[in-house]
Amino acid sequence: MNIFPDIRGPIAAATNDLVDFLVVDYGDAFEAFSNVLLQALLFIERGLRALPPWAMILIIAAVALAASRKPLMAVGAAAGLWFIGALGMWDQAMQTLAIILVSVCFCILVGLPLGVLAASSRMFRRGLIPVLDLMQTIPSFVYLIPAAMLFGLGKVPAILATVIYALPPLIRLTDLGIREVDGEVVEASRAFGATRAQILTGVQIPLSLPTIMQGINQTTMLALSMVVIASMIGARGVGETVLLGLQRNDSGTGLVGGITIVILAVVIDRITQAYGRRLQRHRSAEA
Amino acid sequence: MPLIELDHVVTIFGNDPEGALARVRAGADKKALLAETNHVLGLDDITLSIEAGEIFVVMGLSGSGKSTLVRHINRLIDSTAGAVRIDGTDIMALSKKELIALRRRRIAMVFQRFGLLPHRRVLENAAYGLEIRGLPRAEREARAQEWLERVGLKGYEDRYPGELSGGMQQRVGLARALAADTDIILMDEAFSALDPLIRSELQDELVALQRATGKTIVFITHDLDEALRLADRIAILKDGRLVQVGTPTDILLSPADPYVEAFVRDVNRARALTVDSLMQPPALRLSEESIGEALAAMRRTKSDVAYVVDDGRFAGVVTKEGLERAAVTQGTGEAVAAVAEAHPAVTADTAIESAIPTLLESPHPLPVVTEDGELAGIVRPESVSEVLVSERTQADLVETATAGQEVGRRADIDSAA
Ligand SMILES: Nc1ncnc2c1ncn2[C@@H]1O[C@H](COP(=O)(O)OP(=O)(O)OP(=O)(O)O)[C@@H](O)[C@H]1O
Ligand SMILES: [Mg+2]
Repeated sequence: MNIFPDIRGPIAAATNDLVDFLVVDYGDAFEAFSNVLLQALLFIERGLRALPPWAMILIIAAVALAASRKPLMAVGAAAGLWFIGALGMWDQAMQTLAIILVSVCFCILVGLPLGVLAASSRMFRRGLIPVLDLMQTIPSFVYLIPAAMLFGLGKVPAILATVIYALPPLIRLTDLGIREVDGEVVEASRAFGATRAQILTGVQIPLSLPTIMQGINQTTMLALSMVVIASMIGARGVGETVLLGLQRNDSGTGLVGGITIVILAVVIDRITQAYGRRLQRHRSAEA
Repeated sequence: MPLIELDHVVTIFGNDPEGALARVRAGADKKALLAETNHVLGLDDITLSIEAGEIFVVMGLSGSGKSTLVRHINRLIDSTAGAVRIDGTDIMALSKKELIALRRRRIAMVFQRFGLLPHRRVLENAAYGLEIRGLPRAEREARAQEWLERVGLKGYEDRYPGELSGGMQQRVGLARALAADTDIILMDEAFSALDPLIRSELQDELVALQRATGKTIVFITHDLDEALRLADRIAILKDGRLVQVGTPTDILLSPADPYVEAFVRDVNRARALTVDSLMQPPALRLSEESIGEALAAMRRTKSDVAYVVDDGRFAGVVTKEGLERAAVTQGTGEAVAAVAEAHPAVTADTAIESAIPTLLESPHPLPVVTEDGELAGIVRPESVSEVLVSERTQADLVETATAGQEVGRRADIDSAA
C-alpha cells in the first residue's frame, strides 16, 4: 500500500514555472541588477590587479598594522602574500579577493539592516531564523541552478551563491549584539529624547560593533570557503586552480590552490579579529 | 493646576495586561495577581499630583514600584490604564514628535544603574542630552564641563565611564541630567552609590539648586533620612500601591499604617522634625497694652509670663514679678513693650536637635518666630520628649517598666524567704 501522496511533481513543476516566469517577465530587471554587481566586481578586480604586487603587499601590511598595532602581524601578512606570489598564484588570488570583497560588502549592505530589524521585532526574528537555517544547510547547487538561469553563468551567480551561504552569521550576530546592549543605556538615550535613528547610530550599533565585527569575520571566512564552488559556475580565481587540479587528477596543482586559499583565509582572519579585539578594549574596562 | 498628575494609573507587566486588568479592578493585589495570572502588578491605581517647584520624594521597599512610577512621567513605560498629565496635557495622547520634544525640553532623568554610554568619554556623556537636542559641540561641552565641575569631577572629562568608580559614574549621570537644563528632573536613587560625605554635600547642593531655580524634582530613595532632608512631600509605595502621601512631619507623626510606621521607627526624629511640629499658641500675647492692663490680663489667665509683640515683631517677654516692680517704679500707664526683657527665640524651621540647647537654657517656654520675626507660637520642653518618642517605643517602654516591677517584686519575695 502506498501511503505517500505524490507532491514531488507539483513542487518541482511549480518551481520551474516560477523560474521560467521570472526569466521571461523580469529578465531585464535581473540583468540590470546583475550588471551593477558585475561592474562593481570588475572595478575592484581591475584595481587590485593594476597595482604592482609590492604595492599591494605594502598596503596589506599597513592595514594589518593599523588593525592590530602589532608589527609582527604586519610582517606575517606581508610574508603570506609574498608566498602566494611565489606560488605563481598572484593573479588568481587578486581575482578571488575581489569576489570576497564584493560579496562581503553585499552581505554587510543586506545583513546589517536585517540584523537590526530582527533585534527590534520579535515577530520578524521568528520568521527570519528558519530562513537563515535553510540558507546555511541547503546545498549550494540547489539554488545555483535557478541563479544560473536568471543571471547566466559567471561571476554574478557566483557572488550570489557566496552571499547566500555567508550572510547568516552576520545577521545572527548583529541581532545578538544589538539585543545584548545594556537596556538602561538605551533607556537613558530614550529618556533624553533620542529618536529611533539616534539610538541606533549613537548607541546600539557602536555598542554592538565588537559582536558585529565577529559576524563580519565569520562571513568573510564562509565566503572564502565558497571559492571552489563559485568557480564551478564560472568565477575566475583560486578556486579555478583547485578545480583544474581535480579535473586533471593533478594533486600538485590542487595543493597549490589549497595553500593559497588557506593563506588568504589566515591573513584576512587575523586582520579582522585583531580589529574586533581593539574595538572591545574600553568595553572590558567597564565590567 | 499641578505640574505632574497621575490619575488612577494601573500598570501590569505580562503578556496580556488588558486581560489581567479586570482582576485588579476586582480587587486582586500584587501577590494574588502573580499567583493567579502570572502577571506582575507594577502600579496599582496610583493617583497623585506634584506641584511645580517641589521636591517630591518617592519611598518604598525594593520592588515596590518606585522606578516604575517615575518612568511614567517621561513615558518610558506606558500605563495599562489611567492618565498621566503634565501641565494638564495627557502625555499618553502625545504624538511621537511631541513626546520627543517633551523629553528634550522638559524632563531629564538620573538612572539607578547610571545608564552611561560606555563608548564615550565622561564629557561627551555629560553633554549627551544637549547633543540629542542639536546644540553645537562647543556650547554643549562648555555647559557639561561646568556641571562636571559642580559635581566634583573636574579632571575626569577625558576618561571613559568604565574607568570611574560607581559613585563617580553616578555623578556623571547627575551632571548629564542637570546640564540638560529641564524644569523637571527625575532622580532614581541618584545618590545611592555615593559615600556619606559627598552624599550630604550633594543633598545640600540639590536643595540649594532647587530653591534657586525652582525646578521640580522627583526623587526616589530607600533612605528615610535622605527623604526627610530633601522632601517637601513624601509618597510611600508598597506593592505598587500608594500607602501615604504627606509632608515629612505628617509621615513621622501620623504614619498611615504599620508599614509606614516600620519605615519611620528608627529615624532620628530630633534631626528630622522642626520645632513648628511642637509649637503651641502662647498663653498670653501682649502688644499695645499698658502695664496695668497687662497685669490684669495675667491675673485673669493665671499666667506668670507673657510674650510681647511690638509692631508685629516679637519684642521679648514680661513676667508677673517684673511687671509688678515696673508698676511701682514707672507707673501702670507705661506701655508694656517698653519694659519687655529680651529672650532667646528660634525660627520655625529649626531642627529640634539644634533647638534643644536653647530650649534647655530658656527660663520660660521658648518663643518660635517666623522668618519675618513674627511670633508664631511657643515650645514647652515637655512636648519635646512626647514627639521624639514614637507611640511604638512608648508602648515598649511601658511593657519593660511593668516587667521590671514584676522582677523587682519577685526579688523582694526571694530575699524575704
Ligand atoms: N519590564 C518589566 N517586566 C516585568 N516586571 C517588571 C518590569 N519592570 C518592573 N517589573 C516589576 O515591577 C515591580 C516594581 O519594580 P521597580 O523596578 O519599579 O521596583 P523599585 O521600587 O524601583 O525597586 P528597587 O528599589 O529595587 O529599585 C517589581 O515587582 C518588578 O519585578
Ligand atoms: Mg528602582
